[in-house]
Amino acid sequence: MKTLAELQAIRDRMKDSVTMRSGSGSIRAVVGMATCGIAAGARPVLAALVEEVSALGLGEKVTVTQTGCIGLCRYEPIVEVYEADKEKVTYVKMTAEKARRVAKEHLQGGKVVTEYTIGAVEK
Amino acid sequence: MKELSLNILDVAKNSVKAGADRVLIRIEEKDGWRTLSIIDNGCGMSPEFLANVTDPFTTTRTTRPVGMGLPLLKLAAEQTGGDLQIESSVVPPTGTTVRARFRMDHLDCVPVGDYAGSVVTLIQGSPEIDFRFEYLRPEGDIVLDTAEIRAVLGPEIPLDTPDVLMWIEGNLKPEQ
Repeated sequence: MKTLAELQAIRDRMKDSVTMRSGSGSIRAVVGMATCGIAAGARPVLAALVEEVSALGLGEKVTVTQTGCIGLCRYEPIVEVYEADKEKVTYVKMTAEKARRVAKEHLQGGKVVTEYTIGAVEK
Repeated sequence: MKELSLNILDVAKNSVKAGADRVLIRIEEKDGWRTLSIIDNGCGMSPEFLANVTDPFTTTRTTRPVGMGLPLLKLAAEQTGGDLQIESSVVPPTGTTVRARFRMDHLDCVPVGDYAGSVVTLIQGSPEIDFRFEYLRPEGDIVLDTAEIRAVLGPEIPLDTPDVLMWIEGNLKPEQ
């Protein structure tokens, strides 16, 4: 159980940094959260991404969002990474652990985790 | 769906899609029944759409003509001897109420599961909408209303700020 005082402390801490925040985010990580994604385990994948992006201090660079059905239900949970001037990367059959690795290596490090991409899984 | 919380996450997204700005999610456990209510002030459904809404081949999605959200919730309720009711209206625009009842002592009654995770996911996905979550149970009620959180945070700090989401998740977990 958290207290209201803790919430007020968050507010006071955030007030200064809020102008920097609100993601001008050049990278977008999108998690499929329709029935198919949810049933396949997208909720912990999204939670892990949000947590890891915050823990790695990538909040300004990376925006994590949800979308509906991507149309590839058998590959859910799916995470798509969009970055300006780069080809979209589609990660499939994701788990929370895989999402944390993608956050570190791709979103932070800029290196695509090829083995989790749809191209590698389809082979 | 392995837990009721996943149905909640899935079906409450329909309220978001219906343009609701306020969504009430209530789980009530009483007299051997668990009743889930999801009540929104969204655009509602036409009588024609409502009549077929638990048919898996009725959906608003455009990627393919199958919508499993409400059919799965209906199945989860009916397999315990419970039922699913939906009330909705476009004119007058009274929004939509989805109510599913589960017999808690039935072998096939799925657990509530990680409701905190589902509520946080809903808020992360739609920080501009107000969600009220009520889990009314004999061992103590758990209630969270984002309108109250918003009032403390003020207009500058969105609800999807990671620290705020973590606070919400912690707040939803009962005291150990």
